[in-house]
Amino acid sequence: MAPRLEDENPDRLYMVTGGRSNVADDGLNLVTLIVSECDPTPGMQSEHVRILRMCTSPTAVVEIASELRLPVSVVRILLCDLLDTGRITARNPRPAPAESRLPDPDVLRQVLVGLENL
Amino acid sequence: MDSKISEAAARTPLASSATTGLKIVIVGGFGVGKTTMVRSVSEIRPLSTEETLTRAGQDIDDPRGVEWKSTTTVAFDFGRISLNPEMVLYLFGAPGQERFWFLWDRLFTGTLGAVVMVDTRRLADSWYAIDRLEHHRMPFVVAHNRFGETTHTLDQIREALDLSPDVPLVSCDARQRDSSKAVLITLVNHLYALSSAR
Ligand SMILES: Nc1nc2c(ncn2[C@@H]2O[C@H](COP(=O)(O)OP(=O)(O)OP(=O)(O)O)[C@@H](O)[C@H]2O)c(=O)[nH]1
Ligand SMILES: [Mg+2]
Repeated sequence: MAPRLEDENPDRLYMVTGGRSNVADDGLNLVTLIVSECDPTPGMQSEHVRILRMCTSPTAVVEIASELRLPVSVVRILLCDLLDTGRITARNPRPAPAESRLPDPDVLRQVLVGLENL
Repeated sequence: MDSKISEAAARTPLASSATTGLKIVIVGGFGVGKTTMVRSVSEIRPLSTEETLTRAGQDIDDPRGVEWKSTTTVAFDFGRISLNPEMVLYLFGAPGQERFWFLWDRLFTGTLGAVVMVDTRRLADSWYAIDRLEHHRMPFVVAHNRFGETTHTLDQIREALDLSPDVPLVSCDARQRDSSKAVLITLVNHLYALSSAR
């Protein structure tokens, strides 16, 4: 098991996020795939450096959180910094709003084929 | 506990062609086999992470204006299946007990559907999850994870859960890849039937 957040020093979260505790609606969800658009530069915050290194291949928000051992909500703040400055991009950041909650039949067909081939 | 370095080395990156992340949530009571199911079908060793609930309006006197001190967290694990060069399916194992549902909205945003795992020794553990899913109109199937011999038939389980006849109910052995795969296929077929009937 990863260390629990309860054991975590809140000051660390404060430092990592610069004191912010929530972000505007960023369109990111747990499985949004993130891709780096540049290399880390000297003096960049270490978490940002790690994200840029990881995301040279597309990486889901939740995998970034797991790798950095930070809560998803903290990682989203870090990702927003990088999105705002164009250092990363999010693929398909905003899927169709879940009005009926039912996914597109065409997507489901592809999921089925993928699962059957497992 | 693995070191961060060995973990980084063990990370399996996605193909650069990947564009779309999808997810399915497996929800159930303590020890029902959620992680086992994720592990049996995942292409990566299950990873774990946390979500936090920040209670707004607290720590108002804190000069830094920080609210991290008043957070509640829930740990969940996940695995991954690359379905094709573009699509990746993430499977999340999430605790079903009432006290964890504060994360419902975030965990379920954009989720295709859910698998409710039940254990006949503790059926009551899944009542709350089923109720909640119905309330949120999140499509789901129920998977009875067989632990050894069971004297319950699926009909008895359906009745004990007061499950509507249109919710698929199947038995599985979460340790077996093919069995877990069959549960996921049951869910996707169910979603497909619902979405094409629309
Ligand atoms: N006999 C049998 N044992 C199983 C089966 N599925 C899981 N187990 C065992 O049951 C125990 C609990 O399984 P987990 O997958 O950790 O359950 P979980 O739902 O993730 O548990 P928590 O995350 O702690 O709530 C483990 O020791 C598994 O090996 C099954 O189908 N049959
Ligand atoms: Mg588990």
